[in-house]
Amino acid sequence: MSDAPQVAAPPSLGKLFWVFLVMGATSLGGGVVAYLRTGLVVRQRWLDDLTFVELLSISQTLPGLNATNMSILVGDRLRGGMGALVATLGMCLPGAILMTGAAFAYGIGGDDPWSKAFLHGIAAGAVGLILVVMVQLGAKVLKTPADYLFVAATAAAVAFFKVSVPIALLVAGTVAIWWHRPRDKTPR
Amino acid sequence: MKQLWDLATVFSYLSLLTIGGGMAAFPELKELTVNTYHWVTFPELLHFYSLGQLSPGPNMMMVASIGAVVGHIPGAIVALVAFFLPTGLLTFAVGRLWSHLATWRWRPAIQTGLGSVAVGLVLAGAIIMGIGAITDIFYGAIGLAVFLLLWRTKINPAYPIVVSGLIGMGMHYFGLG
Repeated sequence: MSDAPQVAAPPSLGKLFWVFLVMGATSLGGGVVAYLRTGLVVRQRWLDDLTFVELLSISQTLPGLNATNMSILVGDRLRGGMGALVATLGMCLPGAILMTGAAFAYGIGGDDPWSKAFLHGIAAGAVGLILVVMVQLGAKVLKTPADYLFVAATAAAVAFFKVSVPIALLVAGTVAIWWHRPRDKTPR
Repeated sequence: MKQLWDLATVFSYLSLLTIGGGMAAFPELKELTVNTYHWVTFPELLHFYSLGQLSPGPNMMMVASIGAVVGHIPGAIVALVAFFLPTGLLTFAVGRLWSHLATWRWRPAIQTGLGSVAVGLVLAGAIIMGIGAITDIFYGAIGLAVFLLLWRTKINPAYPIVVSGLIGMGMHYFGLG
């Protein structure tokens, strides 16, 4: 902690929207967290690394996508409720327009065997991408052998035994949270 | 109108399942959009999901595609708002209460406990997706190659995904797969 102002003054709503719009348009290939850190901490200096990591840990704890949760939290910190709204809109708008366009293009050319072959190829590639996401997520959260059991039980229940996700979440989640329950070392 | 209402209920429900990222919602996404409502076929869902991995921004913008298939532009908007609003409001509220929650003694338990369940849901999503996309050994090789490449290097995922698509076209040319 130093007294020197490491962090720039909060931006206007227009500037906030623009910076998130640019990140929303350029953060190709997932990994949006890296783009966010470069944009917010390094380039604009709106946040320091400590705050960034704190907001990221909130984003990862809560349901929702990291990219939108971060937009909401950062927008709120910088410009309150309106800031959260414009940051989220900026982050989502480019991808939303592209994927809406993709739906119409698919309606026109989706039955073409060449586009089918291309899409089948990227679907196979995406399975590899999801497995990597799972391994990276697992490396962060799986701590005890029991955690691997929770993973296997949840995956098998949902993928093979057609257990509905809310039930799997409720049962496995309760058991797993209870397993990690806070234990007081010193009785009060 | 009925369809827009269905989109709103389905995607606001899916919103709450996105623990640890969008993939955790994939099993229910498939169940509801393919089996219950017949908005898309399973291959179409796979195609939109994979295209969504190539689009910039949050990696679940493919909900806009499904919304657009069902109800054009209004459908896309309804699906997006429904998908992001419930968790968005929760994040907004928790962000403001965080200073109180950061030291809550159950927080690490909830974070670790739900974390392992979330990894399980992502694995379930990968298995369900794999059953649809890995139809023979060639597609298995594509998936494995992308996995190893992204696991071992820092390359932007968009490149190997696009190359996967080109290999798919190559296989079509040679009559494979």
